[in-house]
Order: sequence, then structure tokens, then C-alpha cells
Amino acid sequence: MATLTATTAPTKEEKLIQEYGFEDHFHDHHHGDKYQSNFVTTYIFSQDHKMIAKQFLITGMMWALIGAGMSIIFRLQLGFPEESLTWLKPLLGKWIVVNEAGIGTLAPEFYYALVTMHGTIIVFFVLTAGLSGTFSNLLIPLQVGARDMASGFLNMLSYWFFFMASVVMMYSLFLNTGPFSGGWTAYPPLSALPQASDGSKTGMTLWIVSLVLFVVSVLLGGINYVTTVLNLRTVGMTMWRLPLTIWAFFVTAILGILSFPVLASAFFLLTFDRSLGTSFYLSEIFIDGKALDNVGGSPILYQHLFWFLGHPEVYIIILPAMGIVSEVLSVHARKPVFGYKAMVFSILAIGFLAFIVWAHHMFLSGVNPFIANFFVVFTLIIAVPSAVKVFNWIATLYGGNIRFNSAMLFAIGFVSMFISGGLTGIFLGNSAIDIQMTDTYFVVAHFHIVMGIAAFFGMFAGIYHWFPKLYGRFMSETLGKIHFWGTLVGAYAIFWPMHYMGMAGVPRRYYKFDVFESFSHFKEMNQFITIAAIVVFALQVLFVINFFYSIWKGKKMTEKNPYGATTLEWTTPIEHVHGNWKGKIPSVHRWAYDYGKGGVEFTPQIQPMAEGEKDGGH
Amino acid sequence: MTALIVILCLVLVAIVIVQIARATELASKIRGEEEAQRASDYWNSRIGIGFVVLFLVGCIWSALHYQNVMLGYGPHEAASAHGGSLDRLFNVTLFFTGIVFVLTHIALFWFAYKYRGQKGRVALFMPHDNRLEMIWTAIPAVVMTFLVVGGLQAWNTVMADVKPNEEVIEIEATGYQFAWAIRYPGVDNKLGTKDYKKISPTNDIGQDWTDNKNWDDFKPTEIVLPVGKKVRVRVTARDVLHNFFLPHFRVKMDAVPGMPTYFVFTPIKTSEEYRQELRKYDEYNEPNDPKEPDGKKRWEAFTYELACAELCGKGHFSMRVPVRVVSEDEYKAWMKEQKPAYSNIRNTDDDPFKGQALPIDPKEEVKPDSTASPKVVATAAPAIPAAAPTPAKK
Repeated sequence: MATLTATTAPTKEEKLIQEYGFEDHFHDHHHGDKYQSNFVTTYIFSQDHKMIAKQFLITGMMWALIGAGMSIIFRLQLGFPEESLTWLKPLLGKWIVVNEAGIGTLAPEFYYALVTMHGTIIVFFVLTAGLSGTFSNLLIPLQVGARDMASGFLNMLSYWFFFMASVVMMYSLFLNTGPFSGGWTAYPPLSALPQASDGSKTGMTLWIVSLVLFVVSVLLGGINYVTTVLNLRTVGMTMWRLPLTIWAFFVTAILGILSFPVLASAFFLLTFDRSLGTSFYLSEIFIDGKALDNVGGSPILYQHLFWFLGHPEVYIIILPAMGIVSEVLSVHARKPVFGYKAMVFSILAIGFLAFIVWAHHMFLSGVNPFIANFFVVFTLIIAVPSAVKVFNWIATLYGGNIRFNSAMLFAIGFVSMFISGGLTGIFLGNSAIDIQMTDTYFVVAHFHIVMGIAAFFGMFAGIYHWFPKLYGRFMSETLGKIHFWGTLVGAYAIFWPMHYMGMAGVPRRYYKFDVFESFSHFKEMNQFITIAAIVVFALQVLFVINFFYSIWKGKKMTEKNPYGATTLEWTTPIEHVHGNWKGKIPSVHRWAYDYGKGGVEFTPQIQPMAEGEKDGGH
Repeated sequence: MTALIVILCLVLVAIVIVQIARATELASKIRGEEEAQRASDYWNSRIGIGFVVLFLVGCIWSALHYQNVMLGYGPHEAASAHGGSLDRLFNVTLFFTGIVFVLTHIALFWFAYKYRGQKGRVALFMPHDNRLEMIWTAIPAVVMTFLVVGGLQAWNTVMADVKPNEEVIEIEATGYQFAWAIRYPGVDNKLGTKDYKKISPTNDIGQDWTDNKNWDDFKPTEIVLPVGKKVRVRVTARDVLHNFFLPHFRVKMDAVPGMPTYFVFTPIKTSEEYRQELRKYDEYNEPNDPKEPDGKKRWEAFTYELACAELCGKGHFSMRVPVRVVSEDEYKAWMKEQKPAYSNIRNTDDDPFKGQALPIDPKEEVKPDSTASPKVVATAAPAIPAAAPTPAKK
């Protein structure tokens, strides 16, 4: 394959690169270099950003299936509490409790373990590592015009720390006392006291170990992304010419670098409380028939530290999806993304505000009600850049010549989800309404739509769009469209009804609802939600089938730039080479969104400016 | 066996779908890529319109269908004085976000449909429009300001603590795995001090029996409140975090070990009044337990409830305490029936005053030692002062 393209006549892009490219003294050593000479260095301990991207993606997909599968199991319990779950006994063993009548139910402690693991896995392993890890790795070097990440070695470590975190978390699922079960936020004292819950025994220890390893992974990755964006841009690639994907990954990485260490510090203090007898988070506790000696600590301190990461984490999840969606909408609408500068400033504003809104998760946690005044103001200010982004995406479609493929559909679906979920954030961000709404199903609906489903849609848009770049083949479009329409309808069917349950006051994280008269009248709704969840899960299995089938059997990519896109990743050869471009690195002469300019369908970034032509979007 | 059949069916369905996908892919190859793409644009843009119509209709239908659980509608009215302001704020927000929701969704799918790929169409080159962008930055900013101001006014009013000397009933709720201990101040209207180190099987929240304010405190298994009286709930926890949640009163506050929190509210509807409201709605005239069609109807079975709303362990879903709001007279009568917790301790080994007499007036202190106050008449101790018929102080 490599020799084939080399011997055929150079394409227009190759000519441009030869003429205007940038010599970085990268000697053409893509065959048999020391980093990619054998199976282990190519596929396992690879330092090539494209291979690492695939590793992040496939590990993330595996976790997504496990995390979503867990939600199906606990939804079965919630939707059909009277049906027997004995058939799950081969899988779950002692966690299915069979009564005398032969009816098997999920043990409550394992229900909470599943809820906790579902959250932890999806938030950290899928939507942080699987989304930002995959696409930052794949796209940053390709779109800024770099041979690879600033440090290939650190990049490799970043994946392997994630892998180790995965192994530890996976191991904790098989403990006799069960995995951690105190919610993904792991609030002490529940998480600090082994007496309080079985999951807070070894399960919690492993949970902390796993997430500290994960923090290392995020930091190694993030430092690399920031360094690469700042230092390795090719000639002519000014910051204002970066595609929005890169802006999003760049700000995401900065958020991660600034906030994840705080999470680690929260975990260290928690470990001290658990193991060394300190009292950072513990005070005046009587448990298990004993009064503990700890006094003077405050569980609220943990919440501050946790949400100082936890809130930026939400943007760490959603910003990459936003970047991907901006790019995909623009490419397939054949139009420049509307208001490029406003989009960049919105990303920066969201990134900045992310650090000063954390206590909106804590309005009713016992902090002084006065501080809510600041946090409400900053929280609702975020609605402004978010609204600007939504309007700009819609305006990007206006007047386009839209190519409906799976990537584009998921990008449109993302905008719909982001609107629906973002608007309910305006209710919750207002502390007065939050009194009734917090910790109810309204919150569950809100965050699943705005950062769960929306982020997944962004990820799907990215996978369908850049699959050819990853594997040199296309995914099946028909399956992709079934996947999209089914998931769009199904996801709303799951989460829309939850708003009503939340308004009725039904609290989240309830194992069953029949203890309370007020919460027990949503039986049909709970069944409906469970059935919808099963259907949506089946559709994701279809996506996974499509993914792996297409790696080997998908339609082959025959030209470098199948979408007629302007950005640099589509000037690289179809087959992956170490160093990304053979010979020179292309230099950049214009912004990333010259679609339809001067009646030309698209003008690649490597195309020099015509005389008197102005760079667009400014 | 059934599991096997189900799995086989699923595999079959998957195979069928994959085969259909392959066939359509082949067909598109024959038709040519451009043609296939245009067909896809045609169909998917139309499905998009179908989706958005169904979605918006579904939203409105579901809102009508479930309006009786929406805040401030139908029977779901707040039973507290402050609750109405929160419900109003909710509905004002719902109004503004509803408009944005509908308009943006229509625009999103309509543009997608209108500007679907067509042969020969050239996309408009429109990189930005400063005036438009100014408008749609300014409008959300103005609406947000409006919502923030309204929200914070409501918040600061609701969360304000009672003023000194304000007349208020102070009760205490202590969360523990997995129940609530409710404590009333008794006739002196003062909660006694407590210390977590004093917790024992006979003293589940660690009341300090040497504090005479504790002698009349009683611990009922339900919360009973007089209508129209301001209540300050002191919320605390014994082991892990809990949350004191009264959904009908729009009251929610975390219970934090080592750090008492509070919530002040005023019930405005007695349980009976609330039941009579519910009675007007069809769904509340259905039997409460579907298995017993002749049993109590839903409105009859209705009680206000206290729930836990902060994950606290495997029994989190079961921390229920019934709440009853009654008239002032009924409340007084109920108070009289209650027996102070100290009456169970009195003259047992846990009583620091074992064998000593207590002053009739709980405001006079005694010291738990052998040099008991001489003015106390040393006979068999009477029951506890709370048995005295004096009602809660005005």
C-alpha cells in the first residue's frame, strides 16, 4: 500500500506540500524506525499518537459496554422489582438474593455498587479517557501539523496509567465485599468508614488507587496536549487558524491539569482518614456501636475539593464533544463554522467559569447559604456562552448544503441534546429551585442528557467522521443511521420522563420506591424507562458490531480527503506512517473553515492565499 | 431454554440488520456515491422533521399528562409558606426555557431539512455576523439577570434563619443508618444539649441527662406540626451524610455529622386539608393498593413524608418518617400525650440522678452528685415535669 501511493502520480495536495511544505529535518524514517519496529512497539507499547488514540478508543468502548450493561441490570431492578432476576445468578452470584418463593432480586448493596461503578466508569474511563484521550491524541498532531506529540514516551505512559487504573477498577468488581458503593462522588464519611458500608472496605481502597492512577494518566496526557498545541504547530498555523477541535482539546487539557491534582489531594486526605486515623473529613461520629475519636473534621471540605475537580470535569467531558461537533457540522454543512471567534471565546469563557461555580453542587450541603449568591451568579453566566454556541451551531446549518451521514446526524443530535439538557441546568443552577430539585430524578435527567448522551453523541460523531482516518475504511452508513435515529428517540424516551419524577420529588439513588407513598406511583414510567434503556443498549451493541466489522470489512478509503475538508489531517497518506507526512510537513496559509468561499466548495488550509484575498472569519 | 431462544432471536435480528445494511451499501455502490448521498439527504432530512414534530408534540402531551406532578400545578402545590415562591420561580423559568427549547429545536431541524444537500446548490459563505451575535449574546444575558435576581431574592428569604426572640418551634432530626430520630423540645421549648460520646443503646442521640433542658425532650416516631407556626428544624447526623427532605414542603437540607444545619419553614395546610385537595383529582380516587380495589383510596392514604435525599448506604431508600400537620389544638393535645425520653431513663443505671429527686421546675438545676440540693423533697421521684399540663410557652 505504501509503495503504491508513492509511485502513483503526486496528488494536488502532495504537490502543494512539496512546494510550500515546511522542512523540519524529519528524515523519512517511517519504515523500521526504532519506535515501531516490532509487534510490541507497534501495537502495545506504541509511542505513535495514532495507535495510542486507538488504544484509548477501544479500551473506552469496552468500559462503555460494561458501564452501560451495569445500568441495564439496575434498571431491571427499578423497572421490574417484582420480576425474578434469578437468571442473572450465573453472572452476579451471591449478589442476587433468592427468597423462599424463588424470586431473585438484586441485593441493595450491590445495586448501590452498580450505580457507583456506572457513574465512575462512564464519567472517567469512557467520557474522559475514551473521548478526550482518543480524539486529542488522534487530532492534535494531525490538525496542527506535527509529526507526533511533544513527548511520545509520556503519551505512551498516559495510556498505560489509564490501563493500570482500568485493571485495578476491574479487579475491585470481583471483591467478596463488592466494589465501592457510595456514589461516584464518594462523599465521606460513607466512603471513609469501612463500618458504614461493605463497599467502603477494600472496594473503596481500590477505587482510590485506580483513580489516582487515572489522575496521573490525565496529567501526562494533558501536559503533552498543551505542549504540542503551543509548540509544535506547523509554519503558518497561528492560534487563530486552529480548528475548533484543537481549541476545545487545548482548553480541556488545561482544565484537567489544573483540576485533577485537587482531586488527587482530596483522595490523599481521604486515604489518611481511612488508614492513618486523621480527621480531615470526620467529626463526632457514632457508628457500629462505637463513638469514634475523630473530631474537628468536615465532610464539606471533601465536597469543596471534589467539586473543584468535579465541575471542571463536566466541561472536560463536554468541551471535546463541542469541538468535534463544531468541526463535523462545518465540514458536512459545507459552510464555515458560524462566528469562529465567538466560538473560541465561548470555549475560553466556559473554561474559566468552570473553576468558579463548583459550589452549585453544594447549595444544600450545609455550607453557609450566603455563598450561594456568588455561585448562582457565575453558574447562570455560563448559560450565555453556552447559548452563543448553540445559536452559532444552528446558524452554521443555515444556508448550507448539508450532507447527511452518520457523523453529521450525531452532530445535529448533539445540539438537540445539549439544548434540552442545558436548559434544565438553568433550573438547577438557581439555588432556590435547587432546594426542591437537587438529588431528585430531575438532576439525573439533566446531567444524563447534557453531559452523558450529548457527550456520547459528540463521541459518535467523531468516530463516524474520523473512522477513515483511524482505519482507512468507512463504517457502514446504514447501520450508522439506524444507530442514530434509534438512539436519539430512545435516549429521550429514557430521560425525558425522569423530569416528571423529579418534579414529583422522587429522590435519585433509591433501590425501590414503594417505601414512600409519594414516590410509589411511577410503576409504568419506570417500566417504560427500563425497556427504552434495553433497546438503546442493544443499539449500542449494533454500533460496536459495525465498528469492528468495518475495521476489517468496511468500505475502503480511496482518496485522502473523502469529505472535501480543509484541515491538515486529510492531507496525510491513507495508511498510517510514523511522522504523519512523508517528506515535508505542510505549512498553513489560511484558517480552517474556507468552505464555499468565492464559490469554491472548499479551500484547504495548505492552499496559499490568492493575491488580495483576506483570511476568513476574522 | 427460553434464554437460549431469546439470545438466538437477538442474534438473528442482528444478522438480518447487518445483511440489510450490506445490501443497501451494495445498492448505493451501484447507484453511485453522489446519488446515494442525495437519497440519504432526502430521507434523513425528512425523518428529522418527523422527529422534531413528534418530539415537540410528545413534550406537550407528556406535560399535560403529567401536569399533576409538576410543581405548582394541580394537586402538587406546596404545603409550606415559602414553597409557592419556589414553584413560581420554577414556572417562570419553565416559560422562558420552554420558548428557547421550542424555537431552537424548530430552527435546528428546519434548517437541516431546508438546506439538505441538493445537486448544484452552493453553500452560503457566511463566516460571522456581528449584529446577530450581539443580539443572541445580549438576550440570554438579560433573561439570566432576571432569573438570577428573582432566584436570589427567593433564596435569601427562604434560607434566612429565625431572628432572636422570634416565636418558633424548634425540632431536631438526627439521621443515622437507616432511620431518623426526631426530637421535640418539650414544655420548655428548648432542646437539651447532646454529646455523641454519650450515645448508648438507651440513648440513641446522646442526650446529656445532666442538662435539665433534656428532661422534657421527647422523641416521637412521627413528625407532628401545627399549621401556620414557624418551624426550625435542626438537622444533624450520627454517622454519615443524610438529607432531610420534605418533598411537599419544598424543604431539603443535608445532615452532616459534627455540624448541625437548619431549615426554617411554615406549614400552611393540614394533612386533612391537603387530602381534601387531592380528592378532587381522578387519579387520587383510585385504590392506593391496586391489589385491594376496595381498600383506601389514594387521597385517603396520603401522608406527608420525610425522606433521605443523600446517599447514605444500602438502606438509603427506606428512611421514612410520616409527617402530620394538624390544627393548633390537636397539636397541643398530641404534645400532652408524649412521654419524655428521660422517663425511660429515670432511676435506671443510666440516670445520673438515680435515687435523687428532681426539682419540679426543670429550670432549676441539680448537680448529679451526692450533695443534692437540700430543697428537693427526697421521696420517690415523680414522673417527669413534662407531664405537667402547661402547654408550650407562648
